[in-house]
Formats: sequence, structure tokens, C-alpha cells
Amino acid sequence: MRYYPIMAKNPERRDLFPGALEIMILQSLRLRPMHGYALVKHIKQVSDNLLQVEEGSLYPALQRMLREGLLESETGLSAKGRPTRIYSLTDAGVRHLEREVVSFEKMFSGITRVLAVARA
Amino acid sequence: MQIFSKLFSRRRRYDDISASIQEHIQERTEELMEEGSSRKQAEQAARREFGNVALMQERSREVWQWAALESTLADLKLTLRRLSKSPGFAVTVLLTIALGIGANTTVFSVINSVLLKPLPYPESGQLAALSLKAPGAGGLADITNGLNLSPSMYLTFSERNKTFQSLGVWTSGTANVTGVGRPEEVHTALVSGGVLETLGTLPIAGRWFSQADQDPRGAKTVMLSYGYWQRRFGGDRSAIGRNIQLDAQTGEIVGVMPRGFKVVDREFDMLVPLAFDTKNQKLAPFGYEGIGRLKPGVTLSQADADVARLIPVWMDSWSNGPGTNPHFYDRWRITPAFRPLKQRVLGNVSGVLWTVMATVGLVMLIACTNVANLLLVRAESRQQELAIRAALGAGRGRIARELLTESVSLGLMGGVIAVGVAYAGLRLLTSIGPADLPRLSEVSLDIPALGFVLLLSILSGLLFGSIPVLKYARAKASTAIGSANRTASAGRVRQRSRNVLVVAQVAMALVLLVSALLMIRTFAALRNVEPGFADAAHVQTMRIWIPDLLIADPQTVTRVQNSIVDKLAAIPGVTSVGFAGAVPMDNNDPNWDELGVEGKAYEGGDPPLRLFNYVSPGYFNTAGTRFVAGRDFTWDDIYGLRQMVIVSENFARENWGSPQAAVGKRVRQFSSMPWQQVIGVVEDVRQHGVDQDAPPTIYWTAMLNDPYTQEPSIDAPRAVTFVIHSTRAGNEGFLGEVQQAVWSVNANLPSSSPQTMQEIYGRSLARTSFTLVMLAIAGSMALVLGIIGIYGVISYAVSQRTREIGIRLALGAQKRELKWMFVRSALLLTTAGVVIGLGTAAALMQLMKSLLFGISPLDPFTYIAVPLILAIAAALASYLPARRAAAIDPVEALRGE
Repeated sequence: MRYYPIMAKNPERRDLFPGALEIMILQSLRLRPMHGYALVKHIKQVSDNLLQVEEGSLYPALQRMLREGLLESETGLSAKGRPTRIYSLTDAGVRHLEREVVSFEKMFSGITRVLAVARA
Repeated sequence: MQIFSKLFSRRRRYDDISASIQEHIQERTEELMEEGSSRKQAEQAARREFGNVALMQERSREVWQWAALESTLADLKLTLRRLSKSPGFAVTVLLTIALGIGANTTVFSVINSVLLKPLPYPESGQLAALSLKAPGAGGLADITNGLNLSPSMYLTFSERNKTFQSLGVWTSGTANVTGVGRPEEVHTALVSGGVLETLGTLPIAGRWFSQADQDPRGAKTVMLSYGYWQRRFGGDRSAIGRNIQLDAQTGEIVGVMPRGFKVVDREFDMLVPLAFDTKNQKLAPFGYEGIGRLKPGVTLSQADADVARLIPVWMDSWSNGPGTNPHFYDRWRITPAFRPLKQRVLGNVSGVLWTVMATVGLVMLIACTNVANLLLVRAESRQQELAIRAALGAGRGRIARELLTESVSLGLMGGVIAVGVAYAGLRLLTSIGPADLPRLSEVSLDIPALGFVLLLSILSGLLFGSIPVLKYARAKASTAIGSANRTASAGRVRQRSRNVLVVAQVAMALVLLVSALLMIRTFAALRNVEPGFADAAHVQTMRIWIPDLLIADPQTVTRVQNSIVDKLAAIPGVTSVGFAGAVPMDNNDPNWDELGVEGKAYEGGDPPLRLFNYVSPGYFNTAGTRFVAGRDFTWDDIYGLRQMVIVSENFARENWGSPQAAVGKRVRQFSSMPWQQVIGVVEDVRQHGVDQDAPPTIYWTAMLNDPYTQEPSIDAPRAVTFVIHSTRAGNEGFLGEVQQAVWSVNANLPSSSPQTMQEIYGRSLARTSFTLVMLAIAGSMALVLGIIGIYGVISYAVSQRTREIGIRLALGAQKRELKWMFVRSALLLTTAGVVIGLGTAAALMQLMKSLLFGISPLDPFTYIAVPLILAIAAALASYLPARRAAAIDPVEALRGE
């Protein structure tokens, strides 16, 4: 099955634009706090297997957002009952997400218009 | 406290990251197992999907770090730990680097201070040396600085030019300060108006000379140097306005120049106004050096053109007296050839300095190859470790960075020691450096020099570090781990890069040794030159000047000089005494003028200019200048004003074919003058230095009819150098007796610049011997480093091939053959290096041509001797490890490791 990796290491696959991974992590965590593997699965499922998060990008990205105060983490239990880290959104994270969504939407509509003109 | 809590929280972060990743993989594993894989398969698949766990953890942790810095620090810690475990290696490498960088920094400091820094005057880029070209003026226009200016030229140029803000002329001299304690001779710089304005350096006390100070009929004034002010007045500001007696004239001190101020290259005690009489000047004499400050935006060629226009104006404005042709100087073809003042100050020293810089640079390269060789060996012993790390996922960059961290930190540590080396080197250099090296006093270990150390440390670290990196950072894991098999000898590939380094080293050492040997041969050639004097160590010289104001009558001057000769001759241990207008190689030409030979027609009507000197009886004998034919002057010849001259051998040969034929022939200066008979011919004297051809010279009597006045009158040189032959020459007590003898004739006569002929001679060789010493040091360093390099490579090869040697011996190889095998491989490398080096040297030595004397840059002896030396050195360096190889016990070797 063909899927689009997010922030792929492999140059042959097509990358999503920068910030895409962050926005998807933030949006997913806004629904509910999750641990790392759950995030990967969640994004894969929700996108109908179209998007696949590369682990190599996920964990550094999570740490980056922790440092920037967009996320916080606490010790919790995984679905299988083993200890792990659960990530959740902070208020700053929510605000950041909303700003990003607006700017993404602007970008999408821009791209859509360009494509529409090209087709006409 | 904060840093601890931060570190603590960081530790927790790191744990969190690994917990998260662990859980991730486990969950994935379980999922796969649910899909039906076995645990083992599932675990493998999960890990494969996840990728490089360690790398991922590192990436995630890096978010919390100053990534680059911290991992570098970690590498550094590792490096230091490893170095402390092999102190021998560390010390060798650090010393090699420190010496290399130190030597380079020393020379760089000199180059920076002498060649690169602007002259210490404000806006010094605008300053120009006003030298003139005059191809028709013979020896009057010297090779380096051209024709000097005359006062009338200065007056015309400064009044009428359109391109200079200011210009002036100056000359150096000496003056007697009397009236306060012992008479003292001071060094003066005589300056016209415009000189101080041109240089632009303000006095630290008092004022510059004014227009009024340059009036010959006005009150006399002087300015002091900082040093003289401190020495004589203790830096007291009340010195301004005080009067001193200078050459029996009263002069008022009007100002003090700051510390380190020089008039061009003249270090002086006192500045004195030239005070030209602007009404009564002739076209000649051409005795003053001109300097000027260009108007902003004006180029030297514009200034040349501007002044070229003024030269006919100058000839029309002045004359040499009634009946003379002012356009006589058309024949000299005078044209301006102005140069930046810096070029004038530096002279031709830059060739020497750049040669020395290139030399120590090469030594540095050789040192780097040696260190690179050592590092290669080290990296080789770590090859397995590196290969395993690569297999575990260390990127190529990561390993390269670690190896480079090691080499660069070695470079930097070496650099720290190098600062000490450079400091010592500079102290040494300023003490052995040639005295005529301009601006030597300005040399110091300053910020640019320290920057140079830093740069060189890093660059050399990268340089010698990059060779192991290129070789090992990309090592294929399988081959590296595989070839660590102890039964194999070192592969060809592993040995190759070290061999290349040795070849490079031999080639560079050859270039250095060739340059050193060429300098040694040059020095020997210079030493073999007959300078025109003999037994220089036992000839004491000293200069005495008798000013007009002290003794007006020229005949009395000669009688006083004669009395001094007699008194000096009476000193115990003195064998002979004489004096002359100038002694050889002392940068002092008494006069140049035309001289016609009887019966000879000259092209253009006028005979060429010749060097004139004025000598006393006994001068040649004392200086050790041989008579080739004829006889010396006597005091009767002198007092009788007899029309006779002595000529140099080359002048005699040029005009009459042989010295013997010259005796009795006649010459004269101007057609209005009586003929002079040649009574003697002396050997040629290298007046301007060992490496300059001896100029044809005419020696006149120390008292003579003045050729430059209308009415007949007598002239005698007032500034002469006495020469005293004695085995006690140069001795402190002897000099005291000499001074007493002079004072016993006239208590107001100080003597100046006492030096032996040997010192003068040594100074004229100073630049060559300096270059020689530097190149010899560099050459021997190169030789030693090269030997160490060859020794290192061969003995490493022996240690690596112990097993193979054992097998060979067991199979019946002869020990002699084994030894020869290793020596041969060393000789092969040396031959390759020699061939490359010979080509390089032949090309590079062309650049050194100007420093050589009497030998070709392709001197065959040198090009045969140096490869031989290197071959012998290589054979010796390889023989020791080869002997060790032959001494190997096959049983031990095969059982060992």
C-alpha cells in the first residue's frame, strides 16, 4: 500500500512540508493524551493508512515540543499496562495549534487556487 | 544549584526517552505477535521498523543539549583520556607541533611587523620616497635608492609641484654636543622644511620646527628624540626652551618627538634643521633623501609625471656657477621613480623573510606528515574498535569528528606550548637577526601573531588528522573486522598511505636541504671573495669629524689629523695607523665625480664618474690593502700638495691594460685642473659589500687643491675614519687609550662608531649569514624529522610483519637478505622522494636566486650531495629496525601474539 511518510529519512519518498508532523501530533493529542506508539497508530488509522509517522522523526519532535512548552509529559501506563510516558497538550500548545491550523488552511486554499487555475 | 537541577531533570528526560522507545518497540512486537509471528521474528521486525535506536535516542536527547558543544566535549574528554594513557605519543606529537607552530609564529611575527604592518606614521599610505633615476650618473645613483636630491631640486619641487601636500629632504649626520661634561657625539637627522609635516607625527612636548627655524640666518634650534630626552634630561619638560651647544653653536630645544619615531629608517638623538640658504644654491650636490606626502587620491605615477615636468625648470632656475652649462645634467637622464616609502624602508629584505617563512612552513608540513604518520599508526590499532562502532551505527561523520577532535585538540595543545616557543624564538631572532633588518625593534608577539597560532593549530590539526580520517572513517566494517585476523601481514593498502607520507617527507626535506646547502655554498663563496683588506679582526676603526667652527683652516685640520695618527701610533701594541674618507663596506662614499685619462677621448665629451676616496699615508698598509704597483703617498706628498693619485687595479687595467703600465700615467678631474700623476696601484676594494663588484676607485691625498672653487684654495676632508692595526683591536681598555690619545691632541674631539673591520665585514655578510642560519636550522630539522619518519615506517612495518618474517626465517631465508629487504624498501621510498624533491627544488630555487652569490641555483654539487646525504640517512634509519627484524626468533614469532 502506498502511503506518505511524515518527515521521511528516505529521500526517495516524498516529504510532507515542514511543520506537518508537529501539527498532526498536536491535533492528535488535543483529542486525548497518548504515548508515542499510540500516536503513530492513531495517525495511521485516522489517515486511512495514507500517512505513516517515521519513528526517527517522532521522538526528537516530541522532545522539541516538550522543550518549547507545547506539550507536557507524565508517567503513565500504556494500553498493555506497562509504564511509559503519556504526552498531553498545554495551553500554549493549544494556542500554537490554532495558529498553525489557520496558517495551514490559508496555504491549502492558496495551493488549491493555483492548481485550479493550472487546470483551467 | 540551578545547573545541578538542570542536569538532574535532564537525566530524567533521558530516562523518559528510553522508556518511551522501549515501550514503543514492545507494543509493536506484541502487535506483530498477535498477527501471528513468533516472538523472535516479531521483535526483529519491530526493531527493524523502528530503525537505529541509539541514534534515535541521541537525536531526541540532543534537543535538550547544545548538541555540537556537548558531543565535542565528550570527544575531548575521550581524547584526553586516551592521550594520558600513551604519554610517549602525546609528548612526541605535542613537541613536534609546538616546535613547528612556534617557529612559524616567530617568523610570521617578524613578517607581520616588518613587511605587513603599515609604517608608524599617520596615513602612511600617502608617503612616497622621492628617488630619481639617473642612468647617466654612474655610481652617484646607487642601485637600490637611485639618485638623491639636491637642495635646489628640493626648493624647486616643493614650490612648484601640484601633487604633494608636502615634501622635504633629509640626511643623517653626527654632531658634537659640548659644554656639558664630556664632549659627546650624537646621531642627528638633518631635515628641511616639510619633512615633519610629511611624516605627520606630532611632538609629545614642545613644537615642530617652524619656517623661521629653517632660516640660515635665524636662531638655531633643535628637537630631541624621546630616548635622548630621557637619557640626558630625565624626561623633564623644562628641557624645552633650554640651550645646548651643538658643534660649537648654541641651539634652543623646541620640541621632543615621541618614542620610536624615526625619520624614515634613521634613529636619531637630535633633529636639526637643514636651514638651506634659498638664494645661494647650485644645481649640485645630490646628497639628500626626499620624502613627500601625496595629496589624497593622487597616484605615484601622477606624481612622477608632475615632477618630470619640473626637472627642466630646475635646470633653468639654478646653475653650478658662471661658465657652467646648467643643462649638463641632461646627460644624466634624470627621471622621477617615486616609490612607496615603505618600499624604501624595507629595501630588499622581503626576499629573505619570505624565504625563511617558506622554509619554516615546509618544516611545519614535514612535522605534520610525521604526526599524521603517528596518528595513522594509532588509528590502525583502533581499527577494530572503529569498525565495530561503524557496525553499531556510528555514522561516517561521527567517527570522522572524533578522529578530528583528537587531532585538532592535539594541534591546539601544541599551539599553547608554541606560544612559549615563539616568544623564545623572537627573543633569539631579535638578538641574532641582522642589524640592518629594518623595523626589527617593532617586532613583537601581538594579537595577529596569536591569531596566527590559533589558525595554524587548527589547520595543522585538520591537516594531519584528515589523513587517518580519509582512511578509516569509511572503513568497510567487514574487511576491517576480517583483516584483524592475526595471521595476516599488513595489507599493501594499509602500508600505502604511510609510504606516500614518507615520500612526501623526503621530497620536502630534500628541498630544504638543497636550499640550506645553497646558502652554505653562497656563504663560502662570499668568504672566498678578496674584500680588498686583510686581518680585519686586528684593524680598529673610528670616525672623527672636525667641524669648521672648531678648526677653520683646512691645513690645520690635516695637521691635527696627522698628530692624531702619531699619537695613536705611539700606543703600545699598535703597528700602524692611517685614515681615509671612508673605509670599505661602511655605507659611506666620500665622493663621486668624473675623471679623465690623458690621451683618451670620451663618448659625449665627458669621462664617466668614479668613486673618489681621500687617504693618508699608511692607510693602505694598515687596512691591509695590497699595493699591486708603485708606492704609497708620503706626508711630504701631502703637505707639498703634489699632484698625484693612487688608483685601483680595475681602473688601471681598464685604462692602461696593466697595473704596472699605470704608474707614471696622468689623469685629471676637470679640463681646468692640472694633470695628476698615478704613483701607485692598489688591489680592488669591495667598497659596497662583499657581494657587490668593486667600483673603480681614485684615491686622492688627504689634503689637496679644492677642485670645486673658482679661486685656488686648499681642501681637506673633515670627517675621516681612522684605522689602527693592533692585536688589541676591539679591546675595551685599548679603546680608552685611543680616546685619550685623541683628546691629548684636542680635548673637544670625540671619536665615534668604534668598530673593528671584522665587525664591518661581518655586518655586510649579516643578511646572508642570517638566512644561512635559519635555513640550516630548518634543513637539519627537516633531516631529523625525515629520518624519524623513515625509521618509524620501517620499524612499524617490521613489527607488523613479525609473523611473516618468522615464516621466512623458518623456511630458510638469509638474515642478510631480510635486512636488505627492509633497507631496500626504505631506499625505494627515499628514491621516489628524491626524484620528486629534485624537480621541486630545481623549480623553487629559481625564486631564491637573488639570495645566492657565486653559485647557480642548479649548483651540481648541491644536487648530488643532498640526495646522497638523504640516501645514507634513509639507509641508517631503516637498518636499525631491519636488524631487529633479522634478529627475530622464528619460534617466538610464530608462537607469539
